[in-house]
Amino acid sequence: MRRLLILSGKGGTGKTTVASTFIALSGVQAWADCDVDAPNLHLVSGSFTTSEQRDYHDLPKAVIDPLRCTACNRCHEVCRFDAITVGATYTVDPIACEGCTFCLHVCPEGAITMEESKAGDLFLHTRGDQTFSTATLLMGSGTTGKLVTAVKDQLKGSGAPLAILDGSPGIGCPVIASLTGATLALMVAEPSMSGLADLKRVIASARVLQVPTAVVVNKADVNREKCEAIEAYCLREEIPFLGTIPYDGSVVELLNRGENLSRSESPAAVAIKTIWERTNALLETL
Amino acid sequence: MADGLTIAVLSGKGGTGKTLVSVNLAAVAGDATYLDCDVEEPNGHLFLKPTPISEETITIGKPVVDQSLCDGCKICSDACAFKALAVIKGSLLIFSEICHSCGLCYHLCPQGALTEVQQSIGVLKTGERGALAVHSAVMNIGEPSGVPLIKELGKRRGGAITIIDSPPGSGCLVHETIAHADFCLLVAEPTRFGEQNLALVHELVTLMGKPAALVLNKTIGGLNPSEAYARANNLPIIASIPWDEKLGRLTSDGELAVEKDEHYRFLFTTLLERIKEEVRHA
Repeated sequence: MRRLLILSGKGGTGKTTVASTFIALSGVQAWADCDVDAPNLHLVSGSFTTSEQRDYHDLPKAVIDPLRCTACNRCHEVCRFDAITVGATYTVDPIACEGCTFCLHVCPEGAITMEESKAGDLFLHTRGDQTFSTATLLMGSGTTGKLVTAVKDQLKGSGAPLAILDGSPGIGCPVIASLTGATLALMVAEPSMSGLADLKRVIASARVLQVPTAVVVNKADVNREKCEAIEAYCLREEIPFLGTIPYDGSVVELLNRGENLSRSESPAAVAIKTIWERTNALLETL
Repeated sequence: MADGLTIAVLSGKGGTGKTLVSVNLAAVAGDATYLDCDVEEPNGHLFLKPTPISEETITIGKPVVDQSLCDGCKICSDACAFKALAVIKGSLLIFSEICHSCGLCYHLCPQGALTEVQQSIGVLKTGERGALAVHSAVMNIGEPSGVPLIKELGKRRGGAITIIDSPPGSGCLVHETIAHADFCLLVAEPTRFGEQNLALVHELVTLMGKPAALVLNKTIGGLNPSEAYARANNLPIIASIPWDEKLGRLTSDGELAVEKDEHYRFLFTTLLERIKEEVRHA
C-alpha cells in the first residue's frame, strides 16, 4: 500500500482541510486520521455503514497494594518518572507511570503488580469499498506514537493501492510513527515566520526517515513575502512546490457545517483541486 | 520551585493562537518568565527576540553495553518493557530510540555490563527581554520525546508570573506541561475542529484538577462552536479576540501586537488581570 501523508510541523495550517478534500477528490479507498491527540477528520468524512471499535492497550501500569506497602521508599528512589506518590502507604500516579516495572523489581514486600490499562479506542469505519481508520486517546495516556502505528495497521486489510493519512503537528513520536513507510509527505505550510521555521524542522524529520516531501502554502495571501520565502526555500532545497491556496472565509463556514470542500467552487476549493492533480502526478513518479 | 503564578496556555488543536497569546501576555507581564514548552516546534523566540544569555545541552541517559562482560543471559532484554534490548546470536543489541531511560537494565545486569551514557536530546536556550526571562528548548530532529526538555524547562519558572506556551495535542508533552501550571488558559478558534480539540484538552485539565478559562480567538461573528461548548460546560470565557487581518499580518511577520498597537496592549493587559482574578477565585 502506498501512503500519502499530510503534515505541517506547525499546527492549524490546514492539514485536515487539504486531506479531507483530497480524499473526496481522489476517490481513494482507504484513509486514516493519525492525529490521535486531536482528531478531526471524522467530522468531514461523512457517515459509514459499519463501524468497529477496539480497545487499545498501553503497557500495564504499576499498582501498589496498600495492605502490603511498608513505605520503605525503595520504589520512590528508583522511579525516574516521578510516578510514586509518597504517603503513609505509597501510591502510583497512573498518568506519570510509563510501565517500566523498575518499582516491581525492587519492592521487598511484593506489594506491586502491573495492571493492564486501556489507553484509547481504535475505530474502523467502512462504507462500500471505503475504509476509514481513526482513534481517540484516553485522557491521561501518553503513547501516541504506538497508537498512530495501530491506526495505520488497521488499513492493511483494506487492499487499497493508496491510502491518505492526515498527520499531527510537531516532529515527535506521533509524527515519526506516521512518517514511517510513507510514500510522500505533503507539507501544508503557513506564510509566517513560525510557519517557515516549523516547515524546515518537519522536512528535516522526513529526511531522517528518507520520506520524499512536497510543499503547498495555505492562506498564501495573508503574507505574500513569507509565501515567496517558503517557495524560495523549496527551490533551494529541491523540494517540489505544488502551489498555493488563498485565504477563503467560506472554508470555515463549510467545515462548520461538516461539508467537504470538494463539492465547493470557492477559491480555496478550486486551488486544492489543482494541487491534488499535481500531488497525484508526483505520486506516480515515486 | 517558583512562588509566583504559573499559567499554561493550551489549545488541543494547533494553530489556534497559543503562541500569540503567550508571547503577548509575557510581554506585558513585567517581572516574569516565558517558557516555550512546544519543544518540537518552538516559535516564541521569533516574537520575543530575547538577548541570548546561555545555552545548555540537555541529555538523557541511555544504556551502552560492554560486549566483553555481557554473557547474553537475556535478563535485561526479558525485563525491558519497551523492548529496547534484544539478544541476537548471543550478543546484546540496544535500540536507543525506543529506550525510555528507566534505568532498570543497569540494576538487573548480573555482569555489570551495562553503563549509562548521556546523549543529547536538545538544547535549552536562555535569554532576556528587559525584565522578562525567556527560556526555549529545541528538541533534536528525530528524537521521539521532548518530555525531559519540558521537565527541565519547568525548573526555570521564576518571577511573579510564568507563562508557559504549550505544545498542541493532549498527549504526554501536554501532561508534563500542565503538571507545572497553577492555571490553564485555553485558546480556541471558532470551528468544529477547534471545539472538538478544546473539549479534549478541557477534559484533560479537569482530570488534572487545574482551574481553567477560555480565550476565543479569530472570532468572526455568527456560529462559534467553541463558545457554545464553553457555555454548556461551565468553562469561563475571559476574552475574545476578533479576526483581524492586521493582527494576522503582524503575527506572520513575527511582531508583538502589544508593541505595535495600543488596542492589543490594552487587550492583553486586561486579560492578564482577568487571569489573576480567576486564580484568586479558584
